[in-house]
Amino acid sequence: MIDRRRFLALGAVALVPAVLRAQDEAPAVPVAPDADPLRDPFTVGRVRDSLTAMDSDAVIIALERRLRCTCGCTLDIYTCRTTDFTCTFSPALHKEIVALYTAGQTPEQIIATFVAREGESILMAPPAEGFNLTGYLLPGLLMAAGLLGLIAWIMRRKAPGAVPTPAATGPTATRPDEDQLAELRRALDEVDA
Amino acid sequence: MTLLGQFALWAGFILGLWSAGLAFLTRWQERPDVALTIRRGSYAVLVAMLVAAAALWKGIFSHDFNIEYVASYTSRNLPEYYLISAFWAGQKGSLLFWAVVLAIFGALAQWLTPPRFRDLLPYVAGITNLVAAFFISVMLFGEGGNPFERLAFTPPDGRGLNPQLQNPGMIAHPPMLYLGYISLTIPFAFAIAALLARKLDAGWIIAMRKWAIVSWIFLSVGITIGMWWAYLELGWGGVWAWDPVENASFHPWLTLTAFLHSVMIQEKRGMLKRWNMSLIIGTFLLSIFGTFITRSGVIASVHSFTQSSVGYFFLAFLLVTAILSFTLLYTRWESLTPDATLEAVASREAAFLFNNLALVGIAFSVLWGTLFPIISEAVRGVKLTVGPPFFERVNIPLGLFLLFLTGVGPLIAWRKASARNLQRQFIVPGATFALTLMAAAAFGLRGYTLMTIALAGFVLATIAQEFGRGIRARMSMHGENAVLALGRLMARNRRRYGGYIVHVGVVCYFVAAVGQGFKIKESHEMVPGESVTLASPFGHEVTFTFLGVSQYAQLNRQVSAATLEVSRGGTPLGTTVSEKRQHVDSFGQRTFEPSTEVGLISNLQEDLYVVYAGTPDGTERSRFEISIIPLVNWFWIGGVILLAGGLLAMWPGGPQIRTKRAVLDDAQAGYGVPLTGAEVGA
Repeated sequence: MIDRRRFLALGAVALVPAVLRAQDEAPAVPVAPDADPLRDPFTVGRVRDSLTAMDSDAVIIALERRLRCTCGCTLDIYTCRTTDFTCTFSPALHKEIVALYTAGQTPEQIIATFVAREGESILMAPPAEGFNLTGYLLPGLLMAAGLLGLIAWIMRRKAPGAVPTPAATGPTATRPDEDQLAELRRALDEVDA
Repeated sequence: MTLLGQFALWAGFILGLWSAGLAFLTRWQERPDVALTIRRGSYAVLVAMLVAAAALWKGIFSHDFNIEYVASYTSRNLPEYYLISAFWAGQKGSLLFWAVVLAIFGALAQWLTPPRFRDLLPYVAGITNLVAAFFISVMLFGEGGNPFERLAFTPPDGRGLNPQLQNPGMIAHPPMLYLGYISLTIPFAFAIAALLARKLDAGWIIAMRKWAIVSWIFLSVGITIGMWWAYLELGWGGVWAWDPVENASFHPWLTLTAFLHSVMIQEKRGMLKRWNMSLIIGTFLLSIFGTFITRSGVIASVHSFTQSSVGYFFLAFLLVTAILSFTLLYTRWESLTPDATLEAVASREAAFLFNNLALVGIAFSVLWGTLFPIISEAVRGVKLTVGPPFFERVNIPLGLFLLFLTGVGPLIAWRKASARNLQRQFIVPGATFALTLMAAAAFGLRGYTLMTIALAGFVLATIAQEFGRGIRARMSMHGENAVLALGRLMARNRRRYGGYIVHVGVVCYFVAAVGQGFKIKESHEMVPGESVTLASPFGHEVTFTFLGVSQYAQLNRQVSAATLEVSRGGTPLGTTVSEKRQHVDSFGQRTFEPSTEVGLISNLQEDLYVVYAGTPDGTERSRFEISIIPLVNWFWIGGVILLAGGLLAMWPGGPQIRTKRAVLDDAQAGYGVPLTGAEVGA
């Protein structure tokens, strides 16, 4: 007589392969003949403009590192245009920055132009002023306060009626006596055994 | 198969709720059979989740494109090893992966935990099964959560896997991080179980300690592999972009690291009980918060899954868990009074507390920065971007403070250190700090980089001093040679010396981070045969000669490969190849935008990093982004060291020996035995 638990277990074991077999295999799809894809310019990525001197200009790069690409990648413009070669936003932004710079605008003026158009979110980091200062300063201030608070807490706890503990002053205070050493050796020997 | 998978999800959901219901609503303490049933619930949930996983894998490997998930993340020509990783490549699959791994961990916790903790285990089963039921409910009821959802038609081929996920790092990185996140449920479950059962002695810590180290190892390895993937695959030459999802993995790592330090104080001195409970609850909540960030789309991130209502599930779960957990902790507050008090600012306990402050402070700082755009929009109505410049400005000083404490902690005696003790302990590391500072300054380092290198020297000196003293003590007491003494020293104090090894790994990360600040990156166009020369930050010159572009079809992609010959000061270093890849489906149709593979020549000093950017239309010129990045390999070396230290710390056997032998325990704690004190070898 088979019990209920064994019956259910056997049933489950028998069911699994049956269900697996019942799964229809997807029909094989013929692979289309390759229409000489290797000459497709897309195989080497989106075609690009040739490099110009301004692409590597230190002022332009420093400026672009402060501004966010608007494609949604969360990278700065310089990193995006030299990393994500499929992005169409960062090359366009780069050209705009170069145009403004060659037109005589200073980096700060260019930044201001972008902020006026896109809002503060175009900046890779918020300007350290006004409410944004809480962003910059709060963690450090809290940690400093925590450090001072901890020290004060420890000092206060040991102050009233604290039983002085012998400090670890040197060999006389921390070196164990012979009994302790013998006990330690015994314990270590036991471990070795 | 989808029916079977769907059935398994429902079975897991019901079994999980049933087991949790029994654990929280019955008096199982008086009914051993009910307690056993609750625990067996973990195994039942595991079976259900394994069946669900098998069903999805069957669909993936049989190319059943009628399953929406399979059609979205695989294609017929996707290499088989990436079919494995397709399981967790999308939101739905990753939810199932989470539930499966949680069920495995929940069952292992029941199976591996010693019987003396049986009073906690039904609660642990109830909590892990409840969390598993939550994840299953997201799949069953959340919009875009069900991996077994079928399409109204069957496409002839799937879309394939995102090319950036077709990288060995992405086979390992997400599961490692998930394993880290998910395994945090077990320490959390033991903590809550201890609170519920009012078993608030050190038992719950002993029961979950190894789980906490396991979680920490998985998180550490997962984060490091993620950095490696980002470095190799994204082509930007960086390892960490302070993206919200990256930050989300960093939060629980920081608080868990804090816990692993402060829990030692509870074990040795019976202190910080409330703090440790708060830390482990907070760490679990941060792991759920990370999941919420990744899946809600509430903050823009390149790593996010598609925005869907799934995020609201996680937000609700996060809030409910936080309220219930901290309320429970509050009700047990009086039972968590410390057994001892801190006696001095100059003590190891205090140093550990400061270390906790730094770790939690950095966690807060990163969290604050991550959430600051939302806060700003709520307060001022102004959208902000909080990118790397913000995080670096705020966190570098805090990180240096932490590095300083990493060196200070092991040098200070437990309970109370005297001036003489401090003097003896600090003299060698202090001198090393000064020498390193001067040497680094002579090499032109300034500011934070200078301080980082000097502190790295300080920390390494403290670790070397600790090892040296321990070895000398064993050599004098047992007549062992240095190698044997080192081996036995580490074998008998695994957690302590494993921790020191981890500190060495952390130093490697800091040193590698300094290298990032000296990265050189230039854009060049070359025709075949043309060369460019870059000046390395180390003073030598590196020449890159473009040999040409070859094109071929490979696996599921069309490849254009640019080859460059590299030499340093006239000495050939070899060739490197950077590729542009256009992935195609089995009909030859393009599936994604072209992707880039980096060409790399790497050594301990620097990486020569070449990215083939493309070929301007109608020319023979090819464009390259070429970087020289110092010290990057030290990130990966640090990761391996971190892993080795973590494994040593958690390796079985050590804690039992210590609990049986109080003397050894004292030795490890530094109480009056010259294995750790200033006087060893003096």
